[in-house]
Amino acid sequence: MKYKDEFSDPALASSLVCRIKETVPDREVSFMEVCGTHTMAIHRYGIKSLLPENIRLLSGPGCPVCVTPVSYMDAAIQYSRDPCFMIATFGDLFRVPGSDSSLAMEKALGGDIKIVYSPLGALDLARRNPEKHVIFLGIGFETTLPAIASAIVYAKEEDMDNFSVLFGGKTVPNVLRVLAGSPDLKLAGLILPGHVSAIIGVEPYRFLASEFSIPCAITGFEPLDILFSIARLLDMVNKGRPEVLNLYPRTVKDDGNTRACDLIQRVFCPVDSDWRGIGRIPESGLAIREEFARYDAARRFPIEVPPGKVHPGCRCGEVLKGVITPLECPLFGKACHPESPIGACMVSSEGTCAAYYKYGT
Amino acid sequence: MNEKNILLAHGSGGRLSHNLVKNMIIPLFSNPALDLMDDSARICVPGGEIAFTTDSFVVTPRFFPGGDIGSLSVYGTANDLAVCGAVPEYMSLALIIEEGFSTDELSKILESIKHGAKRCSVKIVTGDTKVVEKGSGDGIFINTAGIGRLTGYDFRPCVPGDHIITSGDLGRHGAAVLAAREEIFRDNRITSDCGPVFPLVSAVMEEVKSVKFMRDPTRGGAASVLNELAESGSVELKINEACLPLSSSVEGLCEALGIDPLYLACEGRVIFVVGREDAERTVEILRKTPGGEGAGIIGEVTEGRPGRVIMVTKLGGRRILDMPVGEPLPRIC
Repeated sequence: MKYKDEFSDPALASSLVCRIKETVPDREVSFMEVCGTHTMAIHRYGIKSLLPENIRLLSGPGCPVCVTPVSYMDAAIQYSRDPCFMIATFGDLFRVPGSDSSLAMEKALGGDIKIVYSPLGALDLARRNPEKHVIFLGIGFETTLPAIASAIVYAKEEDMDNFSVLFGGKTVPNVLRVLAGSPDLKLAGLILPGHVSAIIGVEPYRFLASEFSIPCAITGFEPLDILFSIARLLDMVNKGRPEVLNLYPRTVKDDGNTRACDLIQRVFCPVDSDWRGIGRIPESGLAIREEFARYDAARRFPIEVPPGKVHPGCRCGEVLKGVITPLECPLFGKACHPESPIGACMVSSEGTCAAYYKYGT
Repeated sequence: MNEKNILLAHGSGGRLSHNLVKNMIIPLFSNPALDLMDDSARICVPGGEIAFTTDSFVVTPRFFPGGDIGSLSVYGTANDLAVCGAVPEYMSLALIIEEGFSTDELSKILESIKHGAKRCSVKIVTGDTKVVEKGSGDGIFINTAGIGRLTGYDFRPCVPGDHIITSGDLGRHGAAVLAAREEIFRDNRITSDCGPVFPLVSAVMEEVKSVKFMRDPTRGGAASVLNELAESGSVELKINEACLPLSSSVEGLCEALGIDPLYLACEGRVIFVVGREDAERTVEILRKTPGGEGAGIIGEVTEGRPGRVIMVTKLGGRRILDMPVGEPLPRIC
C-alpha cells in the first residue's frame, strides 16, 4: 500500500515532531480532535507519546455511537424483541449497552439481529426476507447520512413495504458551536473531521475562526496528516491568526460533495437533537421528511420508550465534551471495561474510552 | 461472568472466551495437564508422554479461498499438536450434520479432510456422525481430536532478550473468511493461509536448541497469542510494528473495516520465541521451508511490566497491544 506508506514515513514524521517541539508555546495548549477515527488513529500510531507534554489532545464527541442516547438503544432493543422485525445494524452498535440489555444479549436470546456493512446491505436483507420487516439502525454523522438517505430513496423507488430506518442522524457544526463556547475547555485549536468534511466542505466551520477565534485544521487519518495538522495549528496559535485550513485536499473539496448534501437535504430535515451526556443541541440532528415517513420506523411502529437509565457514576458526557479524560472517570478500567462496558465510549470502536483502554494511554 | 447468557463474543478467542474457560470450566475439572491451558494436553501413558487435543469447527462460508471446513478441521487439530512439540499421528472425526445437507457437499468436505490428513501424515482412526433437525445446526459442524507423539524437546522459560518470530504474514485466514462472507469484498481474493505447520516447527526444532515457545495464532489472532504469552510467562513483550509482515490486501481490507489484522486468525502460521542468538538462523530455516517464506522477527521479550504487550509504532510511538474482546466487528464510518 504505497499511498498509505507515504503518509506514515518515519523520517518525515520525526521532522514534523521536531517542528512541533520547536514551535510549541511555553504553556499548556489544548487541541481537540472531533472525529472518533482521529481519536483511534492518534492512539493506534502512538502519536501522544511523540508530542511534548504540554500539548493536550482532547477527544470530542465525534463517535456517532457514543453520542447516541441510551433511549435510542432501548428502542432498538424493544423492536428486536418483536419476532416480526429483523434488526440490521452496523457492528459498532451491537455491544452498546441500553438501560438493561444490549443487541448482543438480545441476539443470544433469539432476537433476529444482523450486522451489515452499509445501509444498502440492510435493503438487501429486506429484499431477501419478504416475511420480515427489516429495521435499519440509522445513526451517524454527515459521512454516513448520504448512504442512509440513498437506502430510503431506493426503498421508495422500489415501493418496498418491509424496510424502515430507526433514525438518529446527527450533524457536526452545531455541537462544535457548543464546544467552542464552553468555558471549561479553553480550546486552542480543533482538528476537524476528514470524512464529515468530505461531505460538507469548509464553509460550515468558518464561524469557529471568525466568531470564536479558534484555529481549525481539516485533516486526514494517517500519522503524517495528524502531525502536520498539529504543526499548522501551532503556527496559527503562535501568530494569533485563526483560520479554517483544509489540509486534506486529496479528499476534501472546499465546497464538499454537493450531490451528497443535496441527497441529505432531500430526505432529512434539521431538528434539535439529544446528545448523550451533552444534552439537547438546537438543529444538531436530522429527521426523516414527511414525504418518506413510511420509511421512518419510529412513525410507522410507534413504541413507548421510558427515559434511558444511565449508570450514576458514568462520566461519558464529560469525556465526550473533552472536559475530562477517561482516566479521570472512576469507573474506567474498573467497573467499566470493554468486556462489560457501562458507557458507549468504552464499546464503540471509535470511542475515546475504548481507545484509552485498548492502547493503554 | 457478568452475562446471564452466552454471547457470540464468548466464542471469539478474545478476553471473553478466555474468561469463560478460566472461570467456568477450568475450576471444575482442574488437573495439572488442563491447568496449563496449552493448545494440547501433555499426558503420561505407558511408554512415554503424548500430546492430546481437540477442536471444533464452525465456519461461514464453508468453502473460502484457500481452504474449506474439511481441511481446516484437520489442520487445526494437527497444528495444535505440532506447536506443543508433538508429531501428529492419530485423529478422530465427528460430524454433526443438519438434516437436508447436500451429500455432494459432504463428499467434497470428506475429500478435503482426506487430502488434509494426507498432508499432515495423520490417520483418522475413529469417528462419529450425528444428524440434527433442520434449523438446529448451520449445515455442518466438525469436531476432531488428535494424538501426537511428543519429541521430548526441552522448552525453557522466556527471558528478556529472546526474539519473537512469525513464520509468515498475519491475519490472512480471518481476512479471507471475512472477505468471502461479503459481496463487496469478493474481488479482493485474499487466500487463507490454512495449512499444516508441522514442517515449520519440526525444521526449527531440529536445528535450533533455544526454542522457548511456539503457538499457532488462530482465533483471536496474533494479539491473543502474544497476550497469553505475556501473561502466562510473566514477561513483557515489545512488538515492532514496522517489522510485522502483512499482505497489502489484508491490510487494505482491515483499513476499510476498521479492524486490526493482529486480531484476525491465521491457520498456517506459528509464532516462535527463540533465544536472541538463534533468531536470525530460525528465520533462515523457516524461509527455506514451504509455508515459511514470509518469516521474520517481529519483536522481543523485554524487562518491564509482566503481562504487558507493547507495540512500537512505525513512527516510534508506543502503545499497548491488548487482547481482543470479542469478534472483530466492522465499524460505522
